[in-house]
Amino acid sequence: MAVRIIFLGPLADMAGKQSVEADAPLDWAGLLDVVGKEVAAQLGEERVNVAFGGRVLADKTQLRAKDGDEVALLPPVSGG
Amino acid sequence: MKDVRLLTEEFIPGTLVGPFTQAHPGLGGVCTFVGEVRGGEGQDMGVEALELSHYEPLTLPTMETLADTAIERFDLMGLLMVHRVGKMRVGEPIVLVSATARHRRGAIDAVDFCMDHLKAAAWFWKREKRADAWHWIEPRADDYADLARWDK
Repeated sequence: MAVRIIFLGPLADMAGKQSVEADAPLDWAGLLDVVGKEVAAQLGEERVNVAFGGRVLADKTQLRAKDGDEVALLPPVSGG
Repeated sequence: MKDVRLLTEEFIPGTLVGPFTQAHPGLGGVCTFVGEVRGGEGQDMGVEALELSHYEPLTLPTMETLADTAIERFDLMGLLMVHRVGKMRVGEPIVLVSATARHRRGAIDAVDFCMDHLKAAAWFWKREKRADAWHWIEPRADDYADLARWDK
């Protein structure tokens, strides 16, 4: 088992894939390490959010993901 | 009555708005907005298709919360909120918001409120296909300014 990281919207193009698996447990530093330079740079931007367990984190740097968890990387939205 | 849906196939707004309106006897007003895939002129020239992606665990729950907020804030009798995901062609409907209320102002404002939030604060990502390739659509400053109006 591992942590599944989902790339949403333009981040999927940037990563070149829809998702990637990382070893658990996963924290903020581990996340930046595993997503590649380009996506990591985006994650540093305030307008890019991180969701975990179906909730958007108020402070994404406090990420603590365990085995079997899903972490979603959310760039700025454009709906309607 | 609250009716919130994410659809993967094309829909015909009238077939949804008719029954929704019928479900609220005694209403004073119903306001409906339908957004469609724009094409044809200016910077929209050459758009062949549009694709909307979402994130299942967040997108629908966020729309439900938005609907609840609008119903309470504008004292609605009912709210219908429908959003497409997947690939769409020019002229296809993307989004539908319809509100029923005892008085017109609540219905009109609720639709405006929901649309501003769906554009800039709901979990959707939009890209358009042109002759060369797919291009992601960045949110515009106007979208955020529209959203901020409701904080006052």
